[in-house]
Amino acid sequence: MSGHSTYNPTNPVMKWVDDRLPLPRLMYDSFVTYPVPRNLNYWYTFGGILMIMMVSQIITGIVLVMHYTPHVDFAFNSVEHIRRNVNYGNILQKWHAVGASFFFIAVYIHIARGMYYGSYKAPREILWMLGVAIFLVMMATGFMGYVLPWGQMSFWGAKVITNLFSAVPFFGEPIVTWLWGGFSVDNATLQRFFSLHYLLPFVLIGVVILHVWALHVTGQNNPTGVEVKSGQDTVAFTPYATLKDSFALCVFFVIFTAFVFYAPDYLGHSINYEEANPLSTPAHIVPEWYYLPFYAILRAIPDKLLGVIAMFGSIAIWFILPWLDTSKVRSATYRPIYKQMFWIIMVVFFALGVVGANPPEGWWITAGQILTFYYFLHFLVLLPLVGLLETPKPLPSSISDAVLAKNGGKQASAQPAE
Amino acid sequence: MKTTKTLLAAIVLGTSLVLGGGAAVKAAEGHIENAPNIDFSFEGVFGKFDRAQLQRGFLVYKQVCSACHAMDQMSYRNLGEPGGLELTVDQVKAVAAEYEVTAGPNGEGDMFTRPATPADKFAKPFPNKQAAQNANGGAYPPDLSLITKKREGFHYPWYVSPFIKLVTGNGGPEYVHAVLTGYKDAPAELAKDAPEGKHFNPYFAAGPWISMAPPLTEDAVEYADGTKATVDQMATDVSAFLTWAGEPKMEERKSMGFKVVLYLLLLSVLLYLTKKRVWGREPH
Repeated sequence: MSGHSTYNPTNPVMKWVDDRLPLPRLMYDSFVTYPVPRNLNYWYTFGGILMIMMVSQIITGIVLVMHYTPHVDFAFNSVEHIRRNVNYGNILQKWHAVGASFFFIAVYIHIARGMYYGSYKAPREILWMLGVAIFLVMMATGFMGYVLPWGQMSFWGAKVITNLFSAVPFFGEPIVTWLWGGFSVDNATLQRFFSLHYLLPFVLIGVVILHVWALHVTGQNNPTGVEVKSGQDTVAFTPYATLKDSFALCVFFVIFTAFVFYAPDYLGHSINYEEANPLSTPAHIVPEWYYLPFYAILRAIPDKLLGVIAMFGSIAIWFILPWLDTSKVRSATYRPIYKQMFWIIMVVFFALGVVGANPPEGWWITAGQILTFYYFLHFLVLLPLVGLLETPKPLPSSISDAVLAKNGGKQASAQPAE
Repeated sequence: MKTTKTLLAAIVLGTSLVLGGGAAVKAAEGHIENAPNIDFSFEGVFGKFDRAQLQRGFLVYKQVCSACHAMDQMSYRNLGEPGGLELTVDQVKAVAAEYEVTAGPNGEGDMFTRPATPADKFAKPFPNKQAAQNANGGAYPPDLSLITKKREGFHYPWYVSPFIKLVTGNGGPEYVHAVLTGYKDAPAELAKDAPEGKHFNPYFAAGPWISMAPPLTEDAVEYADGTKATVDQMATDVSAFLTWAGEPKMEERKSMGFKVVLYLLLLSVLLYLTKKRVWGREPH
């Protein structure tokens, strides 16, 4: 995809460096001349947004660590110290906390876009699987990060989630003790979560580099799902994709900063402003909003072990999505039945989130079970079947054909005028 | 297609009405009533604290609440910081000097007491939790530093709550006001099971029975600015003070946020125009 490098440095320093380590060439080929399909829409800007959110989280996190104390006696007060006494600490802390939420908003949109346009299909299976791995690392990092302020929900969330591992047959108890570093969620737990919360983002960077590498080998998918066939189908990354991504990023940041500055606590839990107290259990223990759909799947199954398996399984099946989807056509645009199914599974996923936020009683239990059943039905039964039974609409012969058809005669008549 | 959409809308609306009715009934069973809304000066994008109100609220805290409730996160110096009460340096020193703190050890290794300075934390009413519980019939008077952030005054059914709270917030300040003013005679069916020494308060988070006796009475404090110290006035003032204590950098945050969001909006417009110009050359 990258093709032959056209990098020809005029700056003597760049030429000197490039002859010895072709890093400038790599950057130039990856972010300047790299060809991207000309028909990418705004759903394709979330990869870039995610990259910036990751950097934003790492920078704010590193600075927060300069003032944070990972100890059960001091953690809560040290976060308050950041909010009250550190210069701009109030904003820094909220930027990081709200940033986690917006990181997940962006990743959910990014994943949904991949599902809609069939971006996981050959030859992009590894690209997709690396993406699922990134999502898992993000989930682990986010969970451990939420424990660090050592509020009530931090503590009880950690307790509930680590306790899940007690469902493992025979080794359940030893595993939980090993995870805690003791016989309860205590200082050892907090310190190891802190250690891992600082480590995992760097693991994340590693997997993201592989993800981008795989992307640059196969090239980007596009809304038609038809592969790039000639230079006619693409535009250069710079200025085209850079500008479009920058605009989308800027709009995303308008919403993000509006939350940071004007509704910083909206996406969190009030009870987490109360210091962790192992003797007082909150009325409703719920995880951060971005785990709620999976939390609902966990609770939908009456058996603890099976519930844990279903929860992890609900993400694990994304790994085999390229083989579960039997259709040769990538984009939902040309798959009338799959298109309906896509929107249904989006609604189901969102509804699972609502179920996860509410106490497991009465009809919420039934709703959670029906939705969980449909979730697995979609991926394990409907997706393979529909791929075989559905008659796709005719595909455009190329991306540029699709673009011309979309623009009608308008573009053709506009062309000679230039 | 249009019929399908109409049908779908009808189903969604119908279901939400049925479920919504159920949720409303449930909220009533929980005995926690919604705190009445108050138009505080610090709400909204341009909201600022009312300095005089914060000073009045501090007086209420100092003369009434602080007998039992600590504020561990606060130091006397905070009273002089911008965006809050903005007391003068001398006023802060004078407030601090009213309290004795334990310091040391001195050169001989002994602890001693001295008047507090602005750098000291607020004096605590009790040396530890056990002492506080012992003096209050087993109930622990919670620390008030973050009370308006950790308690919620507004409770709505699940399907509207996220939308309303995006605008109104969680109602923490309203919660404090509602608890302070919300003491009532218990309804007959509850009164017969009233726990001894507890008071009925339908707004209390762990309610409806609260150990704290009604703390405010008419003219419990004398305001220097001549404001009439009604129970409602004192409750409103102390709620504002506690909101500031929970979020002392709110004014800095909001004024910076306005610049940040405005800058990003303008940049978005410029980027859009640039993008449009550049992409205009290419069919897409």
